Amino acid sequence: MIQLFNVSKIYQGEVTVEALKDINLHIKRGEFVFLVGPSGAGKSTLTRLLIREELPTEGQILVNGKSLLRLREREVPYYRRKIGFVFQDFRLLMERTVYENVAFAMEAIEMPRHEVKEQVPAILEMVGLEDKLNFYPHQLSGGQQQRVCIARAIANNPLIVIADEPTGNLDPDTSWEVMNLLQAINKRGTTVITATHDRDIVNRMQKRVIALDAGHLIRDEERGEY
Amino acid sequence: MRLSSFEYAFRDAFRSMKRNKVMCIASIATVAVSLLILGCAWLLVLNSQHLANVMESELEINAYIKQDVTREDALNLRRKFEAIGGVAQVTFVSKEEGLKGLQERFGEDTSILDALGGNNPLPDMYRLKAKIAEDVPRIAGEVEEIPEVENVRYGQGLVERLLALTNWMRTVGVVIVVVIGLAAIFLIATSIRITVFARRREIGIMKLVGATDWYIRWPFFLEGMMVGLVGAVLAVLALHVFYANLVQNVVLTLNFLPILRDTNIILNVYKWLLLIGTFLGAVGSAISLRRFLKV
Repeated sequence: MIQLFNVSKIYQGEVTVEALKDINLHIKRGEFVFLVGPSGAGKSTLTRLLIREELPTEGQILVNGKSLLRLREREVPYYRRKIGFVFQDFRLLMERTVYENVAFAMEAIEMPRHEVKEQVPAILEMVGLEDKLNFYPHQLSGGQQQRVCIARAIANNPLIVIADEPTGNLDPDTSWEVMNLLQAINKRGTTVITATHDRDIVNRMQKRVIALDAGHLIRDEERGEY
Repeated sequence: MRLSSFEYAFRDAFRSMKRNKVMCIASIATVAVSLLILGCAWLLVLNSQHLANVMESELEINAYIKQDVTREDALNLRRKFEAIGGVAQVTFVSKEEGLKGLQERFGEDTSILDALGGNNPLPDMYRLKAKIAEDVPRIAGEVEEIPEVENVRYGQGLVERLLALTNWMRTVGVVIVVVIGLAAIFLIATSIRITVFARRREIGIMKLVGATDWYIRWPFFLEGMMVGLVGAVLAVLALHVFYANLVQNVVLTLNFLPILRDTNIILNVYKWLLLIGTFLGAVGSAISLRRFLKV
C-alpha cells in the first residue's frame, strides 16, 4: 500500500536540515501503524511527503503502486481524496456547523448535493455525534471536535487515514475515545497511520510501531511499544 | 465541473460577499463610478463622431467646368463624376442657375447681370458629395484630373480639422478608459485578495481533502464577476437616466445640435459596459488568485 525506498528529505535554507535520512518502509493495506519519536524526529515531514505536500529530495514513494514523484500537479487533488487527515488542532471551520464542516469535505470533491445530504448524518452517527448536527465547534468539547475532524477525514471513504497527534490536545479519557474510533475505522479496512507522543496509548494498543529519531528510522516492530 | 459544484460556488460567493460587506460595496461603487465615467466619455465620443458625420455629409466639392466646353459635353460629364469611387451624389449647376443663386444672395435691388455688363461670367459646375469625409481630398484630386474641369473647390482644411478633432477625442477617450479600468481592476483585486486571505484556512483544508484548484477558484471568480456586473448595472442605470434627460433638454432647447438618439447604438454601449464590468471583475479576481492561491 505505502512503500518508501531510500527516502531522504533535506530542507535547504540558512541552515540545512536533514529531516529524513534514507528511510525504507512498507505499510500494508489495512495496517494500524504508530509513528513515534521526539519533536523534530521527522514525523511531520513524513506525513507531508505522504499527502504529496512536498516531494522527497531523494528516493521513491509508492502509494497503491503509484509513484508520488511522477504524479502530475493536476492529479494531486485526486490523489489526496484517497487520504483522510486528522489534525492535532482539529482545523474545523469555526463559523460553520458540525454538519457543514463534514459536508464541506464532500462538496470539495464535487459530490452531488443529495448524496451529501444523505451521507453526512450517517458519518456523524458513526462517530457518535448524530445529535450535534447543528452545533458550532465552540459549543463542543475537545474530544467532540476531534470526532468531527475524524468524521470529515473519513467522509470521502479514504484508503488511508493519517492522524497527526490526534490526542495531543485531549485529556486521557477523551484520548481513548478518539483512539477507539480510529481503531474502529481501521477495522473497516482503512489503513491508519498515527503520529503520537502518547506513550501510554502506544504501549497499551500493541500495534506496529515505527520510531524515528533525527530523521533516521531507528525501530520498526510489530506489536511494539513506545 | 458538476452543476452542484456551481451551486456551492454561488453559495460561497454570496456568503463571502456578505461577510466582507464594506469592501464589497466599495468595489461595486468604484466599478460603478469608473464605468459611469467610461460611459460618459464613450457617449461624448459617439456624439462628436455623429456631429462630424452630420457636418461631413454637408461637405461638398465644387468642380468648375472650362468655359469652352459646350453645354452638351458638360452634361455628358456626369457619368465621369459618378464613376469616381466614394461619390455619393452628383448635381449639375448650370451657369444660369449659378447666377440666379448669386442674385438671390445679393437681393433684388441690384441686378448683377447689368453690373457685369450683360455677360454671365460664371462657369457651369458640378456639385459632388462624398460618402465619407476622409475621401473628400482624394475625390477632389481625381476630379482635377478630368481635362474639362477648370478647377476644384472644397472646404479645404475644415475636413481635416474636423477629422483631427474626432480622432483626438477618441484617443483621449481610450486613455481615460484604460486608466479608470486599471483602477477598477486594482480595487477588485484588492477586495478579492482580502477575501482569499480571510478564507485561507478554509482553502488549506479544501486542498487537503482533495479539492481541485478550479473548484477553489470558482467562488472567487464569481464574486469578482458579480461585483463587476452589479457595478456595471448601477453605472448603466445612472448613465441612462442622465442621457435621457440630456437628450430631452437638448431637443427642447438646442434642437440645432445633432445629438445621438439612435437607440440601438446606445443600447450597444450599455451592453458593452455590462460586459466590461463583468470582465474587469474576472480579471481582478484572476490577478489575486494567481498570486495568492498558493497554499
